[in-house]
Amino acid sequence: MKIAIASGKGGTGKTCVATSLAFVAAASRRVTYLDCDVEEPNGAILLKPSFEEARSATVSVPRVEPALCTGCGKCTEVCQYGAILSLNRRVLVFPHLCHGCGGCWLVCPNRAIRESAREIGQISFGWAGEIRFVQGLLNLGEAMSPPLICQVKAAAPSAGLVIIDSPPGTTCPVIESVRDVDYVILVTEPTPFGLHDLKMAVDLLRVLGRRFGVVINRARETEGLTSRYCEEEGIDILARIPDDRRVAEAYSRGELICGVAPAYEGLFAALLARVESQGPSERSLAGVMER
Amino acid sequence: MISGKGGTGKTSITASFAMLARDAVVADCDVDAPDLHLILEPEIIRREDFSGGKLARIDADRCLACGTCSRVCRSYAITRDGPGNEHTKSTFRVDPIACEGCGVCTWFCPENAIDFSPAVNGEVFISRSRRGPLVHAKLGIGQGNSGKLVSAVRQAARHYAERHGFKRIITDGSPGIGCPVIASITGANAVLIVTEPTMTAIHDMERVAGLVARFRIPAMICINKWDLNVALSERIEDNARRLGMSLAGKVEYDDVITDAQIACKAVVEFKENGCAAQVRSLWHTLENSLLGNGQA
Ligand code: SF4
Ligand code: SF4
Ligand code: SF4
Ligand code: SF4
Repeated sequence: MKIAIASGKGGTGKTCVATSLAFVAAASRRVTYLDCDVEEPNGAILLKPSFEEARSATVSVPRVEPALCTGCGKCTEVCQYGAILSLNRRVLVFPHLCHGCGGCWLVCPNRAIRESAREIGQISFGWAGEIRFVQGLLNLGEAMSPPLICQVKAAAPSAGLVIIDSPPGTTCPVIESVRDVDYVILVTEPTPFGLHDLKMAVDLLRVLGRRFGVVINRARETEGLTSRYCEEEGIDILARIPDDRRVAEAYSRGELICGVAPAYEGLFAALLARVESQGPSERSLAGVMER
Repeated sequence: MISGKGGTGKTSITASFAMLARDAVVADCDVDAPDLHLILEPEIIRREDFSGGKLARIDADRCLACGTCSRVCRSYAITRDGPGNEHTKSTFRVDPIACEGCGVCTWFCPENAIDFSPAVNGEVFISRSRRGPLVHAKLGIGQGNSGKLVSAVRQAARHYAERHGFKRIITDGSPGIGCPVIASITGANAVLIVTEPTMTAIHDMERVAGLVARFRIPAMICINKWDLNVALSERIEDNARRLGMSLAGKVEYDDVITDAQIACKAVVEFKENGCAAQVRSLWHTLENSLLGNGQA
């Protein structure tokens, strides 16, 4: 089963939940942890894996063979991103603007353009105890994270439990990270900011047709608004993590919440059992077939 | 205002700055989590559709189901699940969420059956808030192009500031280091990185500081909740110095920041001393160091 942990707003404790779930699950089964928050991967700080291998992640970019180019300008015409410019038989490529769509090498009538690779980040593989740990890290100054997220997800085994730490927000990187997952856990905090961003995330997951539930982190008495919203919308509240300074301090030191008190281990075990009881979604099975 | 990691209190602090600043247009560029309006209570005076690119759409009456479009599309956006017509039992269809808007399918369709026109991805708002002008935006559900939307918000803020004689623009940037952040800081006169003393935030701060250095923008840092872990706060100060950034100030861990947020107020409106005084002095430090620079 593939479970993604996401949140509309950053800093709600998404990584805390993801790492603790992986930790409690590892006691009884095979777990893979995919850190898809590739702009700021933090799972490794909490789970402390030892990495044994790293691969470079690349995207496709055009390489022009000047001798074959006649300066027809077709490549510039097809490119929607201004990434390739043909000027008096000289063709300039701006790799950072390129989306790797393949248009230019498909249209070039003289086969002057070949597909080549450009590195956008690193994918590292390792183990955190019994947990298989895979992390994507986007290179600095690189704008496009979805292709890297897609490649991190390709490292998921077909069996066993897969925990995906999604990027925060509600735009392309999140969409990529929850594609083909069975269930999404949305982590929120009971403040007006948290609630507003939770609603955005819920809207997105509904459009994408994902199944999801909510975990309320730093729960205080004032969470009324968030609970009421979930009730009205028929959204499951899967767990509440209390507002506990000990948790904030453990997190600040880079430690798992499970270590704070035995009760937390029980909380995450119950959360995991609840999500796993939902079983794999039909949609994700269909998604695999399509590919 | 950026943070690398989300949840460090960037928006809370930006809201306070909006209260303290005179002559400033506030731009909410955290398009993933645009929350400033919850505190500033804007009244929208102008709205504009935002289009970040084009979108392909197959005309089911003309498609002959040759499959060319699906073969050339690298975004796996085209599958054969459209309605049938007089020539074929089922046609091909573009998934609007997966479509990147590259136009390659349109180029190669032998039947000219694929329409390719600008998509409305969101809206940009210019508003009067209870503390001066606010430019903000809403991205449509499942729409990409957040970097372009950030640029559109900043451009609208710049125009407004020029036309109405505002000297400063305070931008609440996006978390992370990807395209919305790059779009948030390009061309800024200075950047304030709001961080907190956690292992993860330290890691993220270094990444975002590296990004800012690449763009050669002067940066300062602010440590929020600094007393949560004093040793780590010291480490952040050391790191900042090593990276050539000065410390603009520190704000203590205080539940009142959450209380203020729940009441939809800025901290400086909610309290006089303690963390609120620290936020005030943070703003004055920033203001003094930027004096003559025009923008923040
Ligand atoms: S691959 Fe696509 S985006 Fe890149 S240069 Fe060619 S046409 Fe432009
Ligand atoms: S399409 Fe090919 S031949 Fe024409 S300008 Fe581009 S690279 Fe040169
Ligand atoms: S290329 Fe055109 S005709 Fe062929 S399947 Fe696609 S839309 Fe239909
Ligand atoms: S425009 Fe590009 S991404 Fe969209 S459907 Fe056509 S080929 Fe695919």
